[in-house]
Amino acid sequence: MAITTMIGAKIHRREDPRLVSGYGRYTDDLVRPGIAYAAFVRSPYAHARIRSIDVTDAVKAAGVVAVLTARDFEGVLSGAAPVAPTFVAEKKTVPDRIFIAKAEAVYQGEPVAMVVAEERYQASDAASLINVDYEPLPAVMDIEKALDPSSPKAHTDLADNIAWDLVYNDDANAAFEEAEVTVKERILQQRLAPTAMEPRAVMAEYSRGDDQLTIWLSTQNPHWLRLFVAGAMGMPESRVRVTSFDVGGGFGSKISPYSEDYLVAAAAKITGRPIKWTESRTEALQTDNHGRAQVFDIELAGKRDGTLLGMKVTQYIDTGAYVGTFGSFQACACLLAGGAYKWQQIAARTVGVLTNRVLTDPYRGAGRPEATHLVERMLDIFASEIGMDPLAVRRKNFIQPGEFPYEQNFGLVMDSGDYEKTLGRALEMIGYEQFRQEQEAARQQGRYLGIGLSTWIEMCGLGPSAATAPATGGVGLAEAAQVRFLPTGSVIVYSGTHSHGQGNDTTFAQIAADTLGIPYEQIEIRHGDTAEGTGFGYGTYGSRSLAVGGLAVRMASLKVVDKARKLAAHIFEAAEEDLAFEQGDFYVKGSPENKRGIQELAFASFGADRPDGMEPGLEAVAYFDPPNFVWPFGAHICQVEVDVETGAVEILKYVGVDDCGNVINPMIVEGQLHGGIAQGIAQALFEEVIYGEDGTLKTGTFLDYTVPTANEMPPLSLDSTITPSPSNELGVKGIGEAGTIAASAAVINAICDALAPLGIRHVDMPASPDRLWAMVQEHRTGLEGYHVVAFAGTPDRAGVHPHGDPDAALTGSEEEGRIIGTGGRAEPGSEGSPQEGPRHQEDYDE
Amino acid sequence: MKLKVSTTINGKSRADEVEPRLLLVHYIRDVAGLTGTHIGCDTSQCGACTILVDGKAIKSCTMFAVQAEGKQIETIEGLAKDGQLHPIQQAFWDEHGLQCGYCTPGFIMAAKYLLATNPNPTEDEIRKGLEGNLCRCTGYVNIVKAVKTAAATMGGAAQPATSSQPVATSGSGS
Repeated sequence: MAITTMIGAKIHRREDPRLVSGYGRYTDDLVRPGIAYAAFVRSPYAHARIRSIDVTDAVKAAGVVAVLTARDFEGVLSGAAPVAPTFVAEKKTVPDRIFIAKAEAVYQGEPVAMVVAEERYQASDAASLINVDYEPLPAVMDIEKALDPSSPKAHTDLADNIAWDLVYNDDANAAFEEAEVTVKERILQQRLAPTAMEPRAVMAEYSRGDDQLTIWLSTQNPHWLRLFVAGAMGMPESRVRVTSFDVGGGFGSKISPYSEDYLVAAAAKITGRPIKWTESRTEALQTDNHGRAQVFDIELAGKRDGTLLGMKVTQYIDTGAYVGTFGSFQACACLLAGGAYKWQQIAARTVGVLTNRVLTDPYRGAGRPEATHLVERMLDIFASEIGMDPLAVRRKNFIQPGEFPYEQNFGLVMDSGDYEKTLGRALEMIGYEQFRQEQEAARQQGRYLGIGLSTWIEMCGLGPSAATAPATGGVGLAEAAQVRFLPTGSVIVYSGTHSHGQGNDTTFAQIAADTLGIPYEQIEIRHGDTAEGTGFGYGTYGSRSLAVGGLAVRMASLKVVDKARKLAAHIFEAAEEDLAFEQGDFYVKGSPENKRGIQELAFASFGADRPDGMEPGLEAVAYFDPPNFVWPFGAHICQVEVDVETGAVEILKYVGVDDCGNVINPMIVEGQLHGGIAQGIAQALFEEVIYGEDGTLKTGTFLDYTVPTANEMPPLSLDSTITPSPSNELGVKGIGEAGTIAASAAVINAICDALAPLGIRHVDMPASPDRLWAMVQEHRTGLEGYHVVAFAGTPDRAGVHPHGDPDAALTGSEEEGRIIGTGGRAEPGSEGSPQEGPRHQEDYDE
Repeated sequence: MKLKVSTTINGKSRADEVEPRLLLVHYIRDVAGLTGTHIGCDTSQCGACTILVDGKAIKSCTMFAVQAEGKQIETIEGLAKDGQLHPIQQAFWDEHGLQCGYCTPGFIMAAKYLLATNPNPTEDEIRKGLEGNLCRCTGYVNIVKAVKTAAATMGGAAQPATSSQPVATSGSGS
C-alpha cells in the first residue's frame, strides 16, 4: 500500500540503521590527523583563592604539548560567556562567567589549568602533576543564609549573593480578602543532573594559513556556539565553523556554552594542533549544568465550594556560582503558576541566589515542570483542606474550551485547550471510581494505596520574536530551513534545528515529502553544521523543533512549489491558476494525463526555457517567526502503594493522555512521552544532586546519582487527543518536555493521597524510602529528628514538621546529625578529599 | 613499557603493542578504530561499553586490553552480516527502541547475551537482564518491546510484542 500522505504516518526512523550498527558520529568518535588530547585540572574546593599554580613537573611529563593556565589565554580569549536576560531582564549581581579560574575558584570542578598531550592518558597523567596552592574560602551553600547580608559571598568581590530579585506582581489582596480558606506550603524542586548518556566532548582545529577555526562538539545549538566562541576569540563569525553531528542526548544540558568549548578552541589556536577533550562522567556530574534547584513558598486562597481565587508564589532559584546563559529561564515557573485553571489574581516574586555550586540552566521542561508541580500539589492540599475530591476541584476551575485563546494572569495567551477531554479519557483508562473503592478496602487491611492527578499545561515552541528577542538579548527564536532541488530531482532540506534523539530527520522528511509530492526516500535532511544551510539556526530545546522548525521546512517547500508552478505554467503556456498540483505533478486542470513532475521541472529549471526574469534552479530559504507560543496539555494519573514499614513506593499503574495538536509521527510522539515520563518519575522517586556543606559533590558517580534502570520503570499506558494549534498552518504543538512536566506531580500527589490517613500533608522530592519511612515514624510517634529533609542547604525546613510555618523555617538553625538532602549539609566534619586531576575518583567518606 | 596483545575482533585477528593500563574500551575505539562501542561513565554503571568477550557480555571499560589476549571479541559493528541487520538490530529499529542512539550498541550487545542464555524471557527477566544498561531517552518502554520482538523472530516461543504493523517504506530491510 503506497503511502499517500506522510504526515500522520508511523514511519520508522531513517536515523536508526546507522545508529543500531554502531556507525554514529559522536564527537569522541571523530579524529583529526595529528590529534592531541586535553585534560583539565579542576578545583577540588567549592570556593578557594588560587595562590599559585606550579606546572614545572607537568611541562616535563611524557608527551606533553602544552600546559595552559588563565594567563596563557589572555590575548586569545576575551570577555565572558553570555548571560541572557530570559524572564529576568534586570538582574542584580551577575559575576562575569570567565572561562578558566585565575585568582579564585568558585565551584568544585571549575577549570584551573589545561594540559594538551600527544595521548589521552598522558594528558591526565600530566594534569595530576600540576600543584595548585589553594586557600580554601567559606563555601556559600545554603540559599537562605546566602541572602543574609552578613553571609560570605560566592565570589569574594561580590556585593551580595542576589543574582536577581524581581516581583512580577505584588497584588493578590482582593483574592485573599475574599478567601474563605487559605493554605500555605513550601514545595521543593531538588537539584537534578540531566545526565545525557554521552558526556560532553569538544574537538577543535585552527588553520593558521586562512585563519579558519573548526569546532566539533556535542551541542544542541551549533549556530549559537559559533556566535559565542567567535566573539570570545575575536574572530569574524564567517571564519568559525561548528559541527555537531550525532549528540547522545542533551535534555537542556547542551544548550549553553561551557568553558571547555572556548578553552579547547583557543588552545587549538595557541598550539597549532587539533585538540580533543572528552569529559569523564565524574566531570559531567560535577560540571554539566544542573537543573531545577528551587524552593517555592506558596499561599493559595479559595472558597469552601472549591472555587480558586488567588495565589502568592515566591520562588528561590539556586543559580550556582555564576548565572547560566539561560539560568533565569526557570523564572517562568512563576508566570505559569496558574496552570490549567482560572484565578482572579496571582502575585509572584522570583529570587536568584548565587552559591558555590555548579550552574543551573534549563533541564527538560525548564520552569514548566516546576509550575505544574506547584499548582497540582497546591490544588490537592487545598482539596484536602476543604474535604473535596481533588478531581472535582480541578473540574470546577478549568479554563473552558470556548474561552481560548485565553489571556492568563501574566498576559500570556494560551492558544487552544480542552482539559476535560484529556482528563475524561484518563479517568476512563485508570478506573478512578473503582480505585477509590479498592483504596478504602486496602486501608482496612492497613495497606496504603493512593491515586494522583496531574492535569498539566505547557508553554513551548520557543518562540515569537516579540517575546524571545528581548529574552535572548536581541535574537528572536524563529527557525530557518532551506529546501534545494538538485538537477536530477533529489532534494536536500537543511534545518536550523538540531535533532539529537527527536527523530527530526524523519518527521521533517515527512513534511517535505507531502508538500513537494516526491518520494520520501529522495529527500535528504541535514542539520548540525554551520557551514551548510541557512544564515542562522536556532537549535533544539523548549519543544520547538516541530512547532517552529517543521513550519520553516513547510514554508520553504511551498516557496519551491510556487516557483515550480510558474515554470510549469510557462511550459504548459497556461495561467498559473489553471494548473493543478497533485502528488508532485502539475497538469492543466481537466487534462491530468499530460503532466510534468516537479523533479522533471527541477532539471528544466537549469535549462534555457524559462519565463523572463526567472533565474535557474529550484531552491528556497524560509524563516518562520511564530505568532505565539504553543500550549500542549494533558492529564496524567498515577496509582501507587506505599509500604509504610519500609518507605518503598510501588507504581501500580501509570496513565497519560496528552494533546499536542496535529501529530506528524505518532511513534515518535510516544517515544518522547516515554522518556519524559521516566525523567519525571525519576525526579519524584530517585534522583537528587547532593553537595556536602563544604561544597564537595556527594553524588559524583552513577553509583550515588541514581538514574533509574529498566527495573525501576513501570509500564506506561498512553493515549492522546488532538486539539490543533490555531497559530500555525500544520496545527502542531510540542511534546518533548510533556512527560517531565506532568509526571512528578502525578506521582507525588498519589503518595500524599496514600499517606493522608497518617496526617502527612506534603511530601517533597525525591520521595525515597528512607525519607518516607522517617516521615511515617515521625507522624506515628510525634517525635522529631528522625530525618529532616531540607533543600539546597536550607538547614531546617518545615517540610517534615506538619503544618510548620514556612516563614519560621526560613530562619531555622541547623541541628547536629541531620542529613540535609539536595546539596545541603552532611554530618559535620566530613571532608571530601581534594580531587587530583580528572582520572582520580573523588573519595567519599560517608 | 608496552605489551603485545593479540585478539580477534568481529572475526578479524589483530596484534598490537599497548600499555598495560589501556582500557579495553579505548583499545577497541582508539586502536582498533571501532567507535560503535561507547563510554558513558567511569564506574561500570551505564553499560554503553558492553561488548561480547568469548560470547559473554562484558563492560569493556572495566577490563584492560591486555586481559583480552587471545579472546574472541564481538562489537556492535560485527552483528550485521552482509548488509542484513541482526534480528535484535532490526527489532530496535522496528520498535523505536532508540532515540539519541548513544546507549543502543551497549543494549543490543547485552540483549544478545541475554537471549543467548534465555531465548524466551518474560518482561521482568528482560528488565532484570538489562539492568546493567542505562538509557535516558526512552524510559526503556520500547527497548523492552524490542527485545521481546527479537526473541520471537529469533525462534523464542513468545509472540512478538504487538506493535501495529509498521508502516515503513525505507524503514525495514535494505
